[in-house]
Amino acid sequence: MKKEFICIVCPRGCHVSVDDEMNITGNQCPRGKTYVENELIAPTRILTTTVRTSFEDQPRISCKTDKPIPKELIFEAMKIINHIMIDKDISIGDIIIENILDTNVNIIATKPSRKKE
Amino acid sequence: MMKDVIVIGGGAGGLAAAIETHQSRKDVLLIERETFLGGILNQCIHNGFGLEVFKEEYTGPEYADQFIETFLEEKIDYLLDTTVIGLRKENDVFFVKTSSEKDGIRFFQAKAVVVSTGSYERTRGQISIPGDRPYGVITAGSAQRYLNIDGLLIGKKVFVLGSGDIGLIMARRMKLEGAEVLGVAEIMPHSNGLTRNIVQCLNDFDIPLYLSHTVTEIIGDDENRLSKIKVSKVDESFKPIEGTEKEFEVDTLLLSIGLIPDVTLLDELKVEIDSRTKSVKVNQAYETNIEGLFVCGNALQVHDLVDNVTLESKRAGQAVNRYLDKGKADVHQSIYLNPGNNLGYVTPQRIDMDIIQDYITLSFRSNKKMEKAICKVFQNEDIIFEKKLVFVLPAEMETIKLPFEKINEVGDIRVELEVRS
Repeated sequence: MKKEFICIVCPRGCHVSVDDEMNITGNQCPRGKTYVENELIAPTRILTTTVRTSFEDQPRISCKTDKPIPKELIFEAMKIINHIMIDKDISIGDIIIENILDTNVNIIATKPSRKKE
Repeated sequence: MMKDVIVIGGGAGGLAAAIETHQSRKDVLLIERETFLGGILNQCIHNGFGLEVFKEEYTGPEYADQFIETFLEEKIDYLLDTTVIGLRKENDVFFVKTSSEKDGIRFFQAKAVVVSTGSYERTRGQISIPGDRPYGVITAGSAQRYLNIDGLLIGKKVFVLGSGDIGLIMARRMKLEGAEVLGVAEIMPHSNGLTRNIVQCLNDFDIPLYLSHTVTEIIGDDENRLSKIKVSKVDESFKPIEGTEKEFEVDTLLLSIGLIPDVTLLDELKVEIDSRTKSVKVNQAYETNIEGLFVCGNALQVHDLVDNVTLESKRAGQAVNRYLDKGKADVHQSIYLNPGNNLGYVTPQRIDMDIIQDYITLSFRSNKKMEKAICKVFQNEDIIFEKKLVFVLPAEMETIKLPFEKINEVGDIRVELEVRS
């Protein structure tokens, strides 16, 4: 039986199919093959969200997982992230939470705190 | 104070155009109405930006930061928290009137102006949904700003009307923040969003997508807050089908029903408007019929990918440089472009033959989904250029490069799409 996937690695959205012998077709680049293989075994996602800050002019700073995390851990990760409060200046890429849920994945800032001029 | 160029809007388009002109030693001033640079990218905290330009997958704020850093390093003049409220041209000089809390009303002058003011969201009024007028009916982009910038979750039980990308992304975003998202209704038989967003935002979170469905009634409670909506299946002429009605108890209805280029600023100038793009008509240099007035980014045409905004605005910046270096183009011959079969629109709408380039970037959107397509460019009923395309969707803007040498001096151009077998 063939399984159909829509690759979401990039906006192209290739329609990729996999047959019983694990032959993967329809992907226009190698990343599509990797994506489908991962979807079959252990689906992962980059989680993007925001954290609270103590800054009056910037109440939220956006953040993300620096690597994909298992799909089933997304809501648990959200709970942890929503308890964080940033109270000092931060740059893009700075680690906000290290090794979230023992996944070896960090939560990093995707926006700098606004510099005062 | 006379500037070479004033760029209106500090989002992806404005930043790219300003950097491009400043790097060519032009005296540039960028004016932004928000208190920060980067525009709408600041609230687009999801990832998927930059694959084309940087070969990297950035979030919106990270993508913006790449340009903000360069912009600041270049030491380009800019004003924040300042809104342009008037734009007129007298004797080859543009007068830009601004308003800000700090400085009140001010005037600036420039030889050229780039309008990169983005787009605005269509609202309930534009699609006439019957029913009450309660609180809780809001455009998806506004909800996105409240949540991602201001940290305010505007509702707990959400339904989304329209399957545009912002709606899909907000469905996921509100779900992540603890809201219940009951579904997304799309009046068309196909989604209007990028495929990846259907998968990542709806399928991943078991949010149902109701294709060929629309909201037929909005019901408020005694305190004039949204309490219920009715959703029906529609027939081919988009009429609700009796007996298919479903009720959803919600406190929020997000509207993701399309974007319209924001060129209201140009009302005072006599610019030619394209009824298809709902923006101005431009030539291949992104110049309107008013010399020295350039428009790019979502203000010109609604883009699905910011990478395309960057590339387009960079080209617009280069065109401004050319204009400032060479002065007025002495236009003898203009060729007009029109969309033919299966095309929603095409830009530019005009090619001025005196502005010679290696090729001209044509952007267009198809009217229907085609797995394999061929784009044909006709002039005087002869095919002057063809390009094969794959996965052509109404939700995705396409661009092709038309070699300048293929264009004849005389005769209008028609661009068509055909299914390729």
